[in-house]
Amino acid sequence: MGAAVFFGCAGIAFGPALALVLLTVAAEPLRVIILVAGAFFWLVSLLLASLVWFISVHLSDQGNARLQYGLLIFGAAVSVLLQEAFRFAYFKLLKKADEGLATISEDGRSPISLRQMAYVSGLSFGIISGVFSVINILADSIGPGVVGIHGDSPYYFITSAFLTMAVVLLHTFWGVIFFDACEKRHYWCLGLVVVSHLVTSGLTFLNPWYVASLVPIYIITFCMGIWAFFTAGGSFHNILKCLSCKQEDDSRVMMYSALQVPFED
Amino acid sequence: MITFMNNSDSEDEPCNERTSLMSAESPPVPSYQDGLQASETREAQTHRKRQTGSSRSPNNVADEDTSDLDVRVRESALENEEEELTLKYGAKHVIMLFVPVTLCMIVVVATIKSVRFYTEKNGQLIYTPFSEDTPSVGQRLLNSVLNTIIMISVIVVMTVFLVVLYKYRCYKFIHGWLILSSFMLLFLFTYIYLGEVLKTYNVAMDYPTVILIIWNFGAVGMICIHWKGPLQLQQAYLIMISALMALVFIKYLPEWSAWVILGAISIYDLIAVLCPKGPLRMLVETAQERNEPIFPALIYSSAMIWTVGMAKPDTAAKGQSQQTWDADGRENHSSSSHSDSQILDTRSPAPSHPITLEEMEEEERGVKLGLGDFIFYSVLVGKAAATPSGDWNTTLACFVAILIGLCLTLLLLAVFKKALPALPISITFGLIFYFSTDNLVRPFMDTLASHQLYI
Repeated sequence: MGAAVFFGCAGIAFGPALALVLLTVAAEPLRVIILVAGAFFWLVSLLLASLVWFISVHLSDQGNARLQYGLLIFGAAVSVLLQEAFRFAYFKLLKKADEGLATISEDGRSPISLRQMAYVSGLSFGIISGVFSVINILADSIGPGVVGIHGDSPYYFITSAFLTMAVVLLHTFWGVIFFDACEKRHYWCLGLVVVSHLVTSGLTFLNPWYVASLVPIYIITFCMGIWAFFTAGGSFHNILKCLSCKQEDDSRVMMYSALQVPFED
Repeated sequence: MITFMNNSDSEDEPCNERTSLMSAESPPVPSYQDGLQASETREAQTHRKRQTGSSRSPNNVADEDTSDLDVRVRESALENEEEELTLKYGAKHVIMLFVPVTLCMIVVVATIKSVRFYTEKNGQLIYTPFSEDTPSVGQRLLNSVLNTIIMISVIVVMTVFLVVLYKYRCYKFIHGWLILSSFMLLFLFTYIYLGEVLKTYNVAMDYPTVILIIWNFGAVGMICIHWKGPLQLQQAYLIMISALMALVFIKYLPEWSAWVILGAISIYDLIAVLCPKGPLRMLVETAQERNEPIFPALIYSSAMIWTVGMAKPDTAAKGQSQQTWDADGRENHSSSSHSDSQILDTRSPAPSHPITLEEMEEEERGVKLGLGDFIFYSVLVGKAAATPSGDWNTTLACFVAILIGLCLTLLLLAVFKKALPALPISITFGLIFYFSTDNLVRPFMDTLASHQLYI
């Protein structure tokens, strides 16, 4: 407990997300807006899911622990489905916005491509989902206390941090795959994304048996990552090109400067 | 306490010098610039910003003329590109407002979460005389509604008073009032804040050091806000005084009254700005008739400064990447020629290629947001952070809600191109998210977290 745990877990949970935001999103205003709007959509989905859960809990027998646990599972499933539904809704909104931006712009092309929007929206869902899952835990980790003093796992904080990192990355990948699937109408891809989200959420029900939950979740994350990479247009060839750090010869640069209007004094 | 209200009420200053800092304050020309003009006026639309004109100085008038001409040049050049420029600026200007609003909220939330003083109940303002320590829920609700009615009436009276003063050109009176109120904010409230922070962290500080710190902070603040100063320093001071004001409200407004007041203020804002006889709308129209910069006072402006003058080929060619501007740059240009063939040069975070005329035009206007909007957004988020349960999810949900509200308001501004109130959409979303997150989402997420379940 203490500052070390706080900073360590915060770094684990949000390190990749922060790096991605700083390097790819922060510089472009449009992407920041898409990020915040994505968070809003996720929040609305969570609100609706919480409403469903809350009603179901209050209509049921609060003393029955098994029933309550069952309702929690139900609530989690509803939440996952609603998140994906709102991801679809966000896709629709962004598609419309993309068309709007294209008509408004000078050269008829939108300043941001649908793939970039897919990535940013996935990242936004991931960040807000991760934050909502783990921020209270992180806040508690600063304070005094002993983890798992009543017999729970002492690895609560670190496993939460790793789970959060996985969730953030997963949402990013799902965003890319989902939007691409919607665009190309590959409904089986959509179904697979929803199923993998449900499976991931379901695997967390195996906590604190961390070997059974964390390892498969990371395997899923890795697979989704590869799938998203190929969906986004990546290929082995691209990786090699990137690693070899070759500069592309861009003859367009020359043309541009030739067309430049000289400034008058 | 009376001055207290004055502080809150009159955050505006007739910053004629400020007009010289930012070209965004040029007089509203009903043209292409309308959308952004509207953004200038709109933001001041909160009851707090009853602004009134500045005492004109000849220096200023020259600036106005120059900027007037600039506006016309731009206008003619760019009418056909109106649509796309509105949107292109849209994203950038939204971010230019997101950043200060976020900073203000961060300061308020950080203070609320760490300094106990601002969450302790030590009495109430005279504007909310009814106590909420009553046994029954109905009585408490009634008291909070009565408190709200009193508070809103005081605000309406103040607004109308300011509009009347503005109409009858009592600029000196307003100027004096504003200087007095910002003086109190910058010195007294900062002193109290510093004292509480030091108490929280148990740091000892002797009086001479405190006097030195407060004196420097306050004096530089007064100069920056009321006279000239680097843009970013001015922005920082405005954010700080908004945060201080919000903290005071969070401390002294009783729980339920605060929420009802937030709701009522947004409704009032909506009425005052959109109704034909609304005080703020009348203020805007009067200022437009007089061709004066509408709210050259305590409004947060994110404008990038322009330099109007002959084209500077080398700067344009290399592109400037400097981010700080100060008034000196602006003043050099007030004496520039008024010829119609002015080529506008801009210092802005530059692209690597030479800046074309269109791009220069794009960078020209910043967006303005009234400080009252900052204050009430921060009050909402601060109150969310001050909930006894200590839940961070509520705070974050309200934060996102407010940012989205701001984004939507700016979008509506781009569509309608007239003065719009900044509070209603954000506060509505904020309130919905606060109550639903606190009552519905919090138990759900807590239960999930206790089983270490992720959704």
